[in-house]
This record gives sequence, structure tokens and C-alpha cells, in this order.
Amino acid sequence: MKIPARVFSEVIKHLFKKPATSRYPFEKAYIFPNFRGRIVFDSAKCIGCQMCVKVCPSKAIEIPLSAEQPAAPAPVEGQPAVPAKKKFDCIMKLDHCVYCGQCAEVCPKKALAMTQDFELASVKKSDLRRHYK
Amino acid sequence: MSKITIPFGPQHPALKEPENFMLVLEGEQITSAGINLGYNHRGMEKAAEGRTYIQNLYLIERVCGICSHSHTTTYITNVEELAKAEVPQRALAIRTLFAELERVHSHLLWLGVAGYEMGFETLFMYTWRDREQVLDCLELLSGNRVHYSINTLGGVRRDITAEQKAEVLKRIKYLEERTQYYIKLATQEPTVLARTANVGKLPYDVAIERGAVGPTARASGVARDVRKDDPYLLYAQLDFNLITHNTNDVFGRLVVRALELVESYKIINQVLNNLPEGPVAVKVPMKVAPGECVNHYEAPRGEDIHYLKSNGTDKPERLKVRAPTLANLQSVAYMLEGGWLADVPLVIAAIDPCMSCTDRAAVWNPKKGKTEVYSWEEMRKLGIEQYKRRGVDFSRL
Amino acid sequence: MESILPLAYILIFPGFLFLAVYGLYLQWVDRKLCAVMQNRMGPPWIQPYADFIKLLAKEVIVPDAATNKTMFRVLPFFAMAAVMTALISIPVWTPAALFSFQGDMVVVIYLLTIPTVTFFLAGWSSSSPYSTVGSMRVLTQLFAYEVPLMLSLIGPAILAGTWNISEISAFFAAHPALIPAQLLGFLAALVALQGKLERMPFDIPHAKNEIVGGQFTEYSGRLFGFFCLAVDMELVVGAALVNAVFLGGSLGFAGAAGLAVFLGKTLFITFLLALLKVLMARIRIEQMINFCWKYLAPVAMAQVAFDIFLKYRIG
Repeated sequence: MKIPARVFSEVIKHLFKKPATSRYPFEKAYIFPNFRGRIVFDSAKCIGCQMCVKVCPSKAIEIPLSAEQPAAPAPVEGQPAVPAKKKFDCIMKLDHCVYCGQCAEVCPKKALAMTQDFELASVKKSDLRRHYK
Repeated sequence: MSKITIPFGPQHPALKEPENFMLVLEGEQITSAGINLGYNHRGMEKAAEGRTYIQNLYLIERVCGICSHSHTTTYITNVEELAKAEVPQRALAIRTLFAELERVHSHLLWLGVAGYEMGFETLFMYTWRDREQVLDCLELLSGNRVHYSINTLGGVRRDITAEQKAEVLKRIKYLEERTQYYIKLATQEPTVLARTANVGKLPYDVAIERGAVGPTARASGVARDVRKDDPYLLYAQLDFNLITHNTNDVFGRLVVRALELVESYKIINQVLNNLPEGPVAVKVPMKVAPGECVNHYEAPRGEDIHYLKSNGTDKPERLKVRAPTLANLQSVAYMLEGGWLADVPLVIAAIDPCMSCTDRAAVWNPKKGKTEVYSWEEMRKLGIEQYKRRGVDFSRL
Repeated sequence: MESILPLAYILIFPGFLFLAVYGLYLQWVDRKLCAVMQNRMGPPWIQPYADFIKLLAKEVIVPDAATNKTMFRVLPFFAMAAVMTALISIPVWTPAALFSFQGDMVVVIYLLTIPTVTFFLAGWSSSSPYSTVGSMRVLTQLFAYEVPLMLSLIGPAILAGTWNISEISAFFAAHPALIPAQLLGFLAALVALQGKLERMPFDIPHAKNEIVGGQFTEYSGRLFGFFCLAVDMELVVGAALVNAVFLGGSLGFAGAAGLAVFLGKTLFITFLLALLKVLMARIRIEQMINFCWKYLAPVAMAQVAFDIFLKYRIG
């Protein structure tokens, strides 16, 4: 059965409706809570096992030693000297990252976590190389 | 009338990906069509050999943006078969759910693209607006709209909570209503009928001969669907119909896809309402025992085939991907010939092409010092020679 | 003063400036209406003006392969001039047109054919495959919609007993009861006008999914801008013609009230054209010819026959 202009009623209905388009830069987009966005790093938790570096499919992570290392805790009388806990930085290359979240999953100390931050576009290449200390 | 040759692509408003069709026109009618592939060769199979199995998941996902779950599932099934891993039932159910959500989003996308290619922008805008619902479902469940990354070695990465289930079911219900409307719209609007009926004819025997797969084949009456023929994941336990149509034209492909959407909603409801309990993943060692494996999968565009060879390390030795578009492109040349120039975009779009997934046939020629792309004739000649050396003669085929 | 007035008519109102501004405005109205009907946002009102100014600033590239480079450059202005000339004989804000004479309807119809011919020449002289196919489609399409358009315009002319557009609109302004009787012809004229303006579903000559930019593929910068402007002006003139012939023009009003009536009715016609645009899929060129000759021309003919009958009854 042919009905000419079948979409007519729908089209007229939409004349009195608000557009479905979201006015994105002016109106924040809704991001679901478990969205895989920019990865953040917590230096205090990192033990420098380099698991994330090994598993990263796009070679986006580097875990170098921090430039400033914390001093070793003061030796306690009668106990062997405790070596200083090493401190690590994290360099995330956002232009390499594919936001798969595999590093956050594999991290044994949960030092890496995913955020809902997705507005990462930049005209400067240096912005895309995040150095977490 | 004199003949003119029109290049259709690699850069053309109707093609979303670079591929070239040389059309010889006589007036408005096409007398012959040639297809040149290879503008988008990305060396993925080679790249896969340099990455571990888990890293490859995210590479294979990027073979195709639309059927990302299809490719990873086929790949991961191969790996798990080689590693002899027992995947929990709940993980299989979640994979099935994603497969069907993906089919919904791909078919809705296709409906919009078909609308756009036939110059019916209203249909395009409406379907793509509604497609956002299923993309939201996917983002809600997996954390990303396109690259869900839900698969992992031995299962899936995320579980589904009760709230998520309710949310998905709510959105699917809305989509079901909308799909019924689009089916009515597409089958009753005279201009859509005028543009799709008797366009891009692919008779049953030609579809078989040229190895068409997926909705393209099913619209020519070929009852072929991996989900039914060789059930994987949970499909053996699910109740759904195999949709075929016998008009052999673009209209048939439209109807097949629209009705498959309805079947997909049915499957999603079944899977979500009967989610098996248990863990979502098991541990699988990084190193995989040596062996070879082939698996196929019914992607939204047709049968997707992966071959995997492992050598006992944590990296595959060889991976081969046969994307469904490659199987369907042979039919496109047949469908184009004798048709109208105006129907070219629609006929090409009707197989739901995914050129980037397909391009894998570039050859490095050290003598000339440059990359060459083999044409179909050359490939055929090479194949015949190869088999002659093994004592089989295919030259009369 | 007497000598400046005609010049002002041609350059400012209702000539070039008015046509350009109102044409671009109607383009926006059309785009916005389509967007709203498709549940989108649509462009802001400034968009067509910004596009036009941007195009003016862009470099003009004349292809090496162009057969006649002078013709290639001149054609956009030719199209625009023809459209502007046509408006002089169509009443805008007064009951009578600026320059009306017996038989001006025939002149207007022919002047409105000139842009189509320039589209063909533009495509043909660019000598690129897409433009060649596009220009062939332009001519094929011309033969499809031109006859229904003329036939549908003849009906009111017969009823009014004149070939003068101003007199036709005056006749309908005097006998508003006869306007609804022209419904069939009005609809046929609208559909044919849609074809003349090469808008969806009849945008076959420059269907972007098929032949990229069609006849305009090789045009760029200023020249392309003026072609677009000519098309927008043609929309105003086409709407004004349909308004004058079928809807009684300014309905006897003059001055500001007449202008308001004119703007209101052309906006209404633009709405109907936008509606046609969103309702249908683009059809093929051979389907267009079939449709125009099998359905549209007979409908227009029926209107002519009805008008002859009506004229006989009312004397």
C-alpha cells in the first residue's frame, strides 16, 4: 500500500517540538558515570611495577622515577634501616592513548584511575603530554 | 551516445571511506563498473603480530568502528579456543547482548545512510536521532559509545547491574516503537519505493556464485546466518527468526535489515531477562599454546571470519581478518552494471560497506620499490597459479 | 529626481538589494523550517549572509579545461540579471508591477528559463565529468517541469482574460472567491517551481551523493556565490510569480500594507516548498520526467479546462 507523503504527520508534529540536538559547548553533555575518559595517576600509590607500561596497547604511558625522591625514614633504634620508598611520576601521552582502560584494570595498587573527563582536544601538542607528579 | 567514464571516489560525498569505482556511462546508464580497493590499507594484520593477545584486542577493535564488537569477539573466541579457556555463561550472555546492541546500532545507522543516499534527509535525521538511544545504552554498559572494549581474555570486563538492565530495557522499548514506525514509513512512502524497488538486482544464484553474505544475501533469498547455521555465544538457546526476503533488490535489503532490528530487540529482551548468574571472567595465562584456529561470526554486515595462528608465545604468529564487505564487493560490480547513475550510491550503500575493514591487499614490490595493489584479475591469476603448483586446476572456474 | 528613481528601482528596491537580502533571508527560512521539521537546530539567521560574504572573499579558480573561460566567468551574472529583470514585471508591493504590459507573463516565463540555461552552459563549459552529467540533467529536467509550469500559469490567465500579470492579480484581488478554484493549478505550479529551483526532491542536477556538485562542481569563490545568490533570488521571484498569478498579489493593498501582504504570502509559499523538500526522497531523472508528464501536466491541463468552463459560466 502506498501512502504519498507518509512522513507528513511526523514532520508537522516536529514543527512544535524542541530540537533533539544538544547545544553542546553551551550545554554540558551528559556523561555516564563509568565512562572511560582521561586517566589520572596517584603517585602515592604507585610502586613502579611498570605493569601498565607493558600492557598499554598504544604505548601511551611512561612511569619514570621522580626527580625529587623522598628522604628515607629516620632509622629506628634496634631495627635494620628501611630504604626510602621510591616515588614515581607518570607521563600520559593523551594523543597516543586509546582510552581502553586496560592500565587502570591491571594496576595492582589502583594508582591509575579513569575519569569522566573527555574534553581533551587541544591545539598545542604539549597539552597532550600530561606529566603527573 | 558517446560513453563517458566517471570516477566515483576515492573522494566522493556519497562514500564515507575511500574506495574507487570507475563507472562507464552511456547517458545516465552504467555499461560497466570497476572496483579498485586498497586506499585504506592500514597494516593491521602485521601490527597484530607485534602485540600481545590482550593488546591486540584494542587493535582488532579498531578494524571497524561500527562492528568493533564483532571483530573482537571473533578474535577472542579464537584465542580462548587455543588457550582452552572455559568462558563463564554470564560473560557469553553479556557478549551476546553487546552483539545485538551493536546490530541495532549498525542497522539503524544503515537505515539513515540509505535515507541520505536516496536523498530522503528526514529519514536520515530521524533514524540517527533514535540511534543515540542505543549508543547511550552501549556507553552506559561499557563506558564508550563506539569502542566498547567489553571483551577480555576469558570473559568480559564489566558486569551488568539491575539498574543498568532496567535502563537498557526502557530504551529498547522506545526503539521498538520507532522501528515499527520506520518499517511502515519505508514500505509505504512511494518515493522510497520508487528509489529502492528493482534497484541493484542480485538474483539468488548470482548471490550464491559471488559469495554474498549477511543481509545482502538474505535479501536475495539465501537463508544464511551464522547465528543459525553454526550457533556461537548463546544463540543456540535463543528464540529468534532468520529473516529473508525474495525481491533481490535494495528494497529487500531494507526490509531485511528493518525486520532484523525487531529480532534483535527480541534477543536483547531474552538475554537481559535471563542473565545467568556467576562470574564474568576467568583468568587466562598470557602465553597461548601453539595451534591454529578459524572462527566465524555474524556481524551486522555479514559473515566475519578470523584466522589465528599461535606459536606458544604471548603474541600471535599470524592473524587474518576477512571482513564481510570484501565478500559483498564482488556482488556490487554485478549490481551496478546496467543500472542508473543515480542509483550508484544507494546500491553501494545497500551492502553496508565498511571499506576500511576490507582493505588488506596491498603488496610491497621490492623490485619496483613501491607498493602495489592487486586487482581482482591479478589476484585470481595468482591464486590459480598457486593451486596449479599444488596440483589443483581452478582455471575453468 | 525623475531620472534617479528608475535606477533606485533597479538597484535598491525592489531590484538587486531587496532581492539579494530577501532571497538570502528566504534561504534561511527554508533551511530553518527544514531543520525544525527534521528535529534539528538549523542555522542562525545570519548564516546565509555570512556564507555569501565568505564566498565573495574566496579565490576564484577557473579550470584549465574550461572550454570558454569568459563564458565561465560571465554566466553567474547572466543568471542573476535575468532573474532581476523578471521581477520588474511582477507586482511586489503595489497592485501593478513597475513595468507591466500586455504579454509580460510570457516574457517573465522566458526570463525565468534563462537561469536554467545558464546552469546548463556553466556545467557544459566546465567540462568535468560531474558537471557534464549535471548539465545534461539540467536540460532533461527543464523539459520535464517547464510545460506543467506554463500550463498551470495559463489557467488564471484565461480566467482573467489577459496576459498581463498585474491585471491577473488585480482580477483575483477583485474576485477572491475564485482563488480556491485554482487549487489544483496552484499545487501543480508549486511542484513545478520546486523542480525549477532544483530543490529536493528534484535536486537531481546537483544531487551531491551522485554527481558531487553537478553543474556547479567546478565553480568556486565569488562566481559560485553569485550562482547561489541567483538561485535564492529565483526563489523570491518564483514565489512572487505564483503569489501574483494564483493568490491575487498584494490583494489591492499598496505601500507598507502591500509589502506586508507580499512578505507574508511569499513566506507561506516558502513554507510549502520546504514541506515538499522534507517529505520525499529524491527521485531519478527518468522518474521525474514520467511524473511531470504523466501526472503534473494532466493536472495543470485539467485546471485549464476547468478555468475555460468557469469563464464560460461566469461570462
